[in-house]
Amino acid sequence: MTELEVNGQRRSVSAGPDTPLLYVLRNDLGLVGSRFGCGTGQCGACFVIVEGKAVPSCDTPLWSVENKSVTTVEGLAKGGELHPVQKALLAEQAAQCGYCISGIAVAAAALLSSNHNPSETQVRQALDRNLCRCGAHNRVVRAVLRAAKETQA
Amino acid sequence: MKNPRIRFERDRTVWIASGKVELGQGINTALAQIAAEELDVAFERVRIVPPSTAHSPDEGYTSGSMSIQDGGKGIREACVQARASLLAHAAELLGAPVGELAVDDGTITAKNGGSVTYWECAAEAGEVPPAGAGVKPSGPTKVVGKSAPRIDLPAKVAGKPAYVQDMTLPGMLFARIVRPSRPFSMLMSLPELGLKEVNLVRDGSFVGVLAEREELAIAAAAKLRANAVWKETPVPEDFHGWLRENVTTRTILKEIQGSPPPGKSIGASYSKPFIAHASIGPSCAIARLQDGKLEVWTHSQGIFGLRHELSGVLGLPLDSITVNHAEGAGCYGHNGADDVALDAALLARAANGRPVKLQWMREDEFAWEPYGPAMALDLEARLDASGSIVSWKHELWSNGHTNRPGRSAKPSLIAARHLEKAFDFAPAIDPALPPEGAGRNAIPLYDFPDLQVVKNYVRETPRRASSLRALGAYGNVFAIESFMDELAAEAGADPVGFRLKHLKDPRARAVLEALQVPWKSFDGKENQGHGIGFARYKNIGAYCAVLAEVEAGEALRVKRLVVAADVGLAINPDGVANQLEGGAIQATSWTLKEEGRTGAVSWEDYPILRFSEVPAVDVRLLPTEFPSLGAGEAAQGPTAAAIANALHDALGVRVRDLPLTPERIVRAME
Repeated sequence: MTELEVNGQRRSVSAGPDTPLLYVLRNDLGLVGSRFGCGTGQCGACFVIVEGKAVPSCDTPLWSVENKSVTTVEGLAKGGELHPVQKALLAEQAAQCGYCISGIAVAAAALLSSNHNPSETQVRQALDRNLCRCGAHNRVVRAVLRAAKETQA
Repeated sequence: MKNPRIRFERDRTVWIASGKVELGQGINTALAQIAAEELDVAFERVRIVPPSTAHSPDEGYTSGSMSIQDGGKGIREACVQARASLLAHAAELLGAPVGELAVDDGTITAKNGGSVTYWECAAEAGEVPPAGAGVKPSGPTKVVGKSAPRIDLPAKVAGKPAYVQDMTLPGMLFARIVRPSRPFSMLMSLPELGLKEVNLVRDGSFVGVLAEREELAIAAAAKLRANAVWKETPVPEDFHGWLRENVTTRTILKEIQGSPPPGKSIGASYSKPFIAHASIGPSCAIARLQDGKLEVWTHSQGIFGLRHELSGVLGLPLDSITVNHAEGAGCYGHNGADDVALDAALLARAANGRPVKLQWMREDEFAWEPYGPAMALDLEARLDASGSIVSWKHELWSNGHTNRPGRSAKPSLIAARHLEKAFDFAPAIDPALPPEGAGRNAIPLYDFPDLQVVKNYVRETPRRASSLRALGAYGNVFAIESFMDELAAEAGADPVGFRLKHLKDPRARAVLEALQVPWKSFDGKENQGHGIGFARYKNIGAYCAVLAEVEAGEALRVKRLVVAADVGLAINPDGVANQLEGGAIQATSWTLKEEGRTGAVSWEDYPILRFSEVPAVDVRLLPTEFPSLGAGEAAQGPTAAAIANALHDALGVRVRDLPLTPERIVRAME
């Protein structure tokens, strides 16, 4: 059994230690917001936050997060209220198919936790590890800047 | 009231069966707006139910930017009829003539003070309204034409289950398939690897694995793939040259025989490569075969066509198969959704009635989804002494642009050709004009007195090809609009003015004229340039002109796009803007970076545009009262040409082969 903390809750899972965290989250813990895109950490659809950083859960073996704290897109909301980034994504209608959007929300939340007031260029650079195929990029960038502004206010 | 498409539910919502599917384009939101408008109920009460062969009308494929025109029309008519039936019944209940009834959010009120709701009178209302009953007075719309927020985004942004990839059924097994990353004719050997935790399924050259855990299925499939040997089929290196040498039929799409005066003739050849859909989420389906009944969930664009083909390949009667649409990641045309459904169904035969979930791996998607076909194009024109085009010839070479299931007696699903009892495979073909496939938008909208447009169809296709967003329009418009700039330069004319000179259609002129201000105000520095591109999608759809501003450094960088479009009445203006902007950004990615080569397995082999590389996009919708036209594909071709023309403006070089990579630009400069 491997012990870890997911979205503030202690969890114990029986999957093998080499199992990519993504499948543990999706299939053992029912947290399907992290999505499979490439399996090699190249697209960002499966990003989760580990120790303040957005990392691809498809490329993170379970053993490496033993006793660590993992935040998934489902854990961004606090007290039933969406994270400012999630609210801003809705306000800007910043998605088309939305498959990439949870990984983007995670990456943007990680960015804003370390940089409260990023420039547009910094937002774009921070999201360069997330691929979007529908072309919602500019709306996403506006949403992240809006979230930063509204968090500051 | 028995209306197969509309149900008034106990919780005071309205259930609407759509025949069109949500592809990530936001169609369910727009269709809900149409239903709310016609029924006079609040937008929030409308539930668009995912299509299923069990309960939905067969509206064919969700493709070709026709969902608002066709799907919206069907829903509108059903709602108009339902409203009239409800009003007729309410008139009886309330003892008041229909003309004295008013409806507000599903509550019908009579002038005599009585009232009843849709939900109260739905059960007893007649199926067909009496003639002329309850025709809605015309007036300003309440819901249609407004930017309603997408109904599906709150769940998606919160990370809730939203896609077929997220579905779980009791007792579900996980599956993966074992295919190489290149086209092959047969599996030569599959070593015994002593895999304990998976069930290996093989039928001829079709191989898959089933496991209780997803990561076990993935690991086993990877191991098998690494050790199996396939007989590969070669793919020509110079694909465009190969197309020219392997023509099946030559068709004249349009000919106007004029008597062009003498003048200067020029010609140019263009090309576009194979382009991948490259959706972020690989294709996925769930299948369950129990007691001779097959149920499938997938993100297909055409669940009835898929059912037809599953029936033929699996030898099951149509009525024993149910295909349910479940959303997938962004769909930009005929992707792997149908193929993965057959794969899952074949594997379900070995699952003893348990449901099987199969998601393709990234390499399966790059290797096996049908790509948008490569095209070669030759253009030739003659200018008279006044700098007008007096003769125009456009000839293209391409595979067919559609290979969708259910459109031919032979199957088109991949696994069908790999089974022990292999099926003869249906070739990719083209629909007739309009809208055509390879020939889509090959006929210019410009008024040329002497014209010939020729298509060379190549049936054999060394790699899988089918419909990708805009089909042939992307290549044809790129060529036409690049060539228009080359001719304008020859004539010493301004590119916008030169186009207007040859264009009578007032709506076409209007989208070009909408770009005059940003066109004229462009102040380019060294290595910067601007360019323009225009088309009316399919020659019968939305009008779109695109202005691109670029900077040529180590790579070509698109800084800004201005998109002017006339889509008729926009049901949801923000949704239309989102589609046009998304289309323009995707087309920028195709135009700068994308070239489908066999053997691509990852995003390193097939890079797409990233956040830092995405241009600013300014969408300008022209306010028009014309009937609604689809918007999702209108920007693809004009964007490509605008970028190529801007590159020429910046550096003085003309690159006629897509994509506009640094290597091609350097070669053109030498």
